[in-house]
Amino acid sequence: MKQFIQDLSEKNHHQATRLLQILRAIQSRYHYVPADAIEQLAGLLNKPRTQIISVVEFYSFFHLQPKGQFEILISDSITDHMLGKINLTSYLARQLKVAVGEVREDGIVSLDNTSCTGMCDQGPAGLVNGYALTRLDRARIDVITDLINQQKPLAAWPVELFHIEDNIHKPGLLLKQQINQGAALNVAFKRGLKETLAEIDKSGLRGRGGAGFKTAMKWQFCSEEAQSERYVVCNADEGEPGTFKDRVLLNSFAHQVFEGMTLCAAIIGAQKGFLYLRGEYLYLYDQLQCILDERRKAGLLGIDILGQGLNFDIEICMGAGAYICGEESALIESLEGKPGIPRNRPPYPVTQGYLGKPTVVNNVETFLAAAAIAVNGGDWFASVGTAKSKGTKILSISGDCARPGIYEYPFGTTIETVLMDCGAANVMGVQVGGPSGTFISNQEFDRKLAFEDLATGGSFIIFDESRNILDMVNNFTHFFAHESCGFCTPCRVGTSLLKKQFDKIVEGHGSAGDVAALEELCQVIKGYSHCGLGQTAANPVLTTLERYPELYQDKLKKISYEPGFDLDGALEIARRMANRTDAGAHLTQVGEDHE
Amino acid sequence: MANKTRVATVSLAGCFGCHMSLLDIDERMLQLAELIEFDRSPLTDIEHCTNCDIGLIEGGVCNSENVHVLREFRKNCKILVAVGACAINGGLPSLRNFIPLEECLAEAYLDGIGVENPQIPSDPELPLLLNKVYPIHEVVKIDYFLPGCPPSADVFWKFLTDLLDGREPSLPYELVHYD
Ligand SMILES: Cc1cc2nc3c(=O)[nH]c(=O)nc-3n(C[C@H](O)[C@H](O)[C@H](O)COP(=O)(O)O)c2cc1C
Ligand code: SF4
Ligand code: SF4
Repeated sequence: MKQFIQDLSEKNHHQATRLLQILRAIQSRYHYVPADAIEQLAGLLNKPRTQIISVVEFYSFFHLQPKGQFEILISDSITDHMLGKINLTSYLARQLKVAVGEVREDGIVSLDNTSCTGMCDQGPAGLVNGYALTRLDRARIDVITDLINQQKPLAAWPVELFHIEDNIHKPGLLLKQQINQGAALNVAFKRGLKETLAEIDKSGLRGRGGAGFKTAMKWQFCSEEAQSERYVVCNADEGEPGTFKDRVLLNSFAHQVFEGMTLCAAIIGAQKGFLYLRGEYLYLYDQLQCILDERRKAGLLGIDILGQGLNFDIEICMGAGAYICGEESALIESLEGKPGIPRNRPPYPVTQGYLGKPTVVNNVETFLAAAAIAVNGGDWFASVGTAKSKGTKILSISGDCARPGIYEYPFGTTIETVLMDCGAANVMGVQVGGPSGTFISNQEFDRKLAFEDLATGGSFIIFDESRNILDMVNNFTHFFAHESCGFCTPCRVGTSLLKKQFDKIVEGHGSAGDVAALEELCQVIKGYSHCGLGQTAANPVLTTLERYPELYQDKLKKISYEPGFDLDGALEIARRMANRTDAGAHLTQVGEDHE
Repeated sequence: MANKTRVATVSLAGCFGCHMSLLDIDERMLQLAELIEFDRSPLTDIEHCTNCDIGLIEGGVCNSENVHVLREFRKNCKILVAVGACAINGGLPSLRNFIPLEECLAEAYLDGIGVENPQIPSDPELPLLLNKVYPIHEVVKIDYFLPGCPPSADVFWKFLTDLLDGREPSLPYELVHYD
């Protein structure tokens, strides 16, 4: 191991910023990060041991205790649940003879849950040693069980298991036509970089990652910064459950995304770019590296790009299972090899980003659109959409519909239209924008996709009338409690309390004041959290409480109060140890005044 | 005086520090005594409370007896108040929540240093320990919370005088600012 770590560190030039990539390699080889490795890295990277441990502990895909040689994770997105994930996971556990959350005694296999893996249109999904598995069913599980028991290396597994579909059902302005390699850069250099930025401005393009900040303005601000060392970052963390369009863009439109990044570099004067790719998309890594190589060979990356004196290259950095790393400042921390804890903003990344230098962070789709706009002009893009939301939006549609997958629509399209196109029937409601977005009921399908009405980073999950809304809220609320980075109290403690309070009501222990208490808690989390995760973590409860108050109220008992835990059960250990059976050794769940 | 406000107090899994802090209102106690009378409280030795206006609870819930006492207070007090960190969060006693109860009992009664005649006490007279120490609001409904370990005498004073004067109690920032 000593030699392995030594070589690994050397390959990464002993740079502490590369810590995540180094730990990924160690986890992948040993299936955990051994204490000795941490000790050795501390010396090689000149970083305190405790800081390395804090990084290992922060990311879900790193472990201080050994996992199985085959690490299986099952996606816990609500869409996986809708596709029968629970039964399937128990079947898998039985076949493999390992409990969820455990390592099998022989150390060959471990099984656990993980947050949405971005395969919502082809679930139930999972990961084996980081590689995506799709369309899991009993037949596939039997095959997988055999492969694992025979200890077949992943390379020898049948490729169908890893086959991933694009499922592009409705291409629009952007997806209908890819630009030719180098086209955006050629046009931009010919037209002039200032003029090209003006075209992007004219297009009205706003960020596609969720917040919707004007892209041209972000690039402009960054280019005006005094410091000349600048960075371009493409946010491919795509952690919002129900979102998978960036995966498809990187699978089939990567050239254009990289071209958008290079265009940005030319305009803001950056020499280095990063693609921050979520760990769940490991399977894309090699093919993306090949595309970067192709672009280097074609003179579209590297030194003196297209003979215009632009020096710029792109590095791919992988995440390690943390939704919060999609937040741009947390992402930058992660790129620097640290736990993904959001920074104070301001200063925004455009003034102090990666290594404190001016940095543009944009979503995958934003770069894709910017490249197309450079070629086709601002008017081309602005010709569709609404006054405040120009152009198109690429949606990831999943849940109860005949054709889940990728759909591109002009902004201003109604929900009704979307539902018709994807073949959704008897719809009860739609979660627009993922757990952090909004739930809309079937009374609101005339609403529109637009920043000024229903904003979405692309997640669009459909629920038909057979579904229980509270199951969805339960899944989302647990998701946030799990993904809270723990930095600030309102979110760290609040999301856990919210989960408990919600469970208390849904499990039927709620009484008179409990829904009011739930709502009050939501407001505290929303109003006092440090970053967007906490500020939106209560949305699933708030948006459904607003629409279906009776669903919550009906769960309440007609008594003034009931404990949220099993009181008599809490005496069980002491009762057993003291050998007590008398009446005094028991408690009723509610006091006598209630009876 | 029949129309004095009736106040009951109790210490569950607490250290009596909160009660001591209440006494720290010093000479203002005389003023208070004009307006209130104590029902069940360590200050009176009355064993059970009856029809009170305000119940002050110090400490969390660690055993079955705490549950019964807390329910008695809830039943008899119009306003029930969680006083201090232990009542609100479990506080110091809840440090045991990180250790399985089996281990706690074994350490205390079976294999701890100096234990003679090792056995787990088993007597119907003795309350059984709960698996964890719980904040009181997880067992009954609580109307107000007074933070602090203990809440300062001024917190008690402000809170009680607000209530007695018929105001909605509120604690200014200075009283709940600890660093
Ligand atoms: C908790 C959280 C998660 C986020 N996840 C993503 C993400 O996965 N992808 C993304 O592009 N933006 C994400 N964002 C938004 C980014 O912070 C940032 O606004 C965006 O990357 C900027 O790019 P844009 O202007 O092109 O949208 C997230 C924000 C928060 C608060
Ligand atoms: S709001 Fe949540 S995710 Fe954001 S900084 Fe606070 S604890 Fe971390
Ligand atoms: S809050 Fe502090 S003073 Fe009050 S009972 Fe608990 S430990 Fe004692």
